[in-house]
Amino acid sequence: MTTTTVVIGGESDLLRVRSTMREYARHAGLSLTATTKVVTAGSELTRNILRYATGGQGVASIEEAASGQRRGVRAVFADQGPGIADLDQAMCSGFSMAGGLGLGLPGSRRLVDEFAIDSAPGHGTRVAICQWDH
Amino acid sequence: MGPGMGPETLSDRVPIMRMGEDLLITLQGDLDDLTVESIERGVTSEVARMRACGALIDISGLDVVDSFVAGALGRLVQMIRLLGAEAAIVGIRPAVAITLVQLGVSLPGVTTALNAEQGMARLRRTRVNGNTGVRP
Repeated sequence: MTTTTVVIGGESDLLRVRSTMREYARHAGLSLTATTKVVTAGSELTRNILRYATGGQGVASIEEAASGQRRGVRAVFADQGPGIADLDQAMCSGFSMAGGLGLGLPGSRRLVDEFAIDSAPGHGTRVAICQWDH
Repeated sequence: MGPGMGPETLSDRVPIMRMGEDLLITLQGDLDDLTVESIERGVTSEVARMRACGALIDISGLDVVDSFVAGALGRLVQMIRLLGAEAAIVGIRPAVAITLVQLGVSLPGVTTALNAEQGMARLRRTRVNGNTGVRP
């Protein structure tokens, strides 16, 4: 299975993440709505890396997912940033450390079929999402 | 819309058209922080310079609107209103509308319409009903 890796260092990488996710979603046969949702989630998570991760350094790994008859797109967003001290708080809508709307993490979770987050202070953050075609 | 737009290539990326007393601003492509800032500068100065009564922000060219862009849109509408003009967002794609609601983004008090034509009609109705207040 092919994986596309995008190193997230600047704004232009946001475009690359989105277009890559769009392409994988199209290939997996996701509906327009499912595609829009997962690409939006990817955009949120990429902006988080740009905003919070040390030097805006992080990586997005995007690949096609398959499970029985289902096809989908999976993306993992990992960074070596400060990590999240209070995960419960971060997953609450409206909470933002940087003056944003505070919707990135909890919002992304609502948009996708599968969502997993691993984060601790000093250990960076890793978010894995998956969107299926049905 | 060349004069008064400044040396940036804003007018290339974000066309701003004058339509009578109103402005039509077309957002397209992917918006980063710098683009948003230059849009805010460009639009507010055009609204003031043209003494525009209304501004339509056409986002039919955006197939993805995340919380950052949504926040920028809300702020842009506020800025336009502070200048005494009315503002409306038009052309939200259905998939984008579904996504925004699930994302938890609400744009409270922001007027929207399906397309530029309907948006113009709404702005004009608002003016006729005297909701925009007195302009200097």
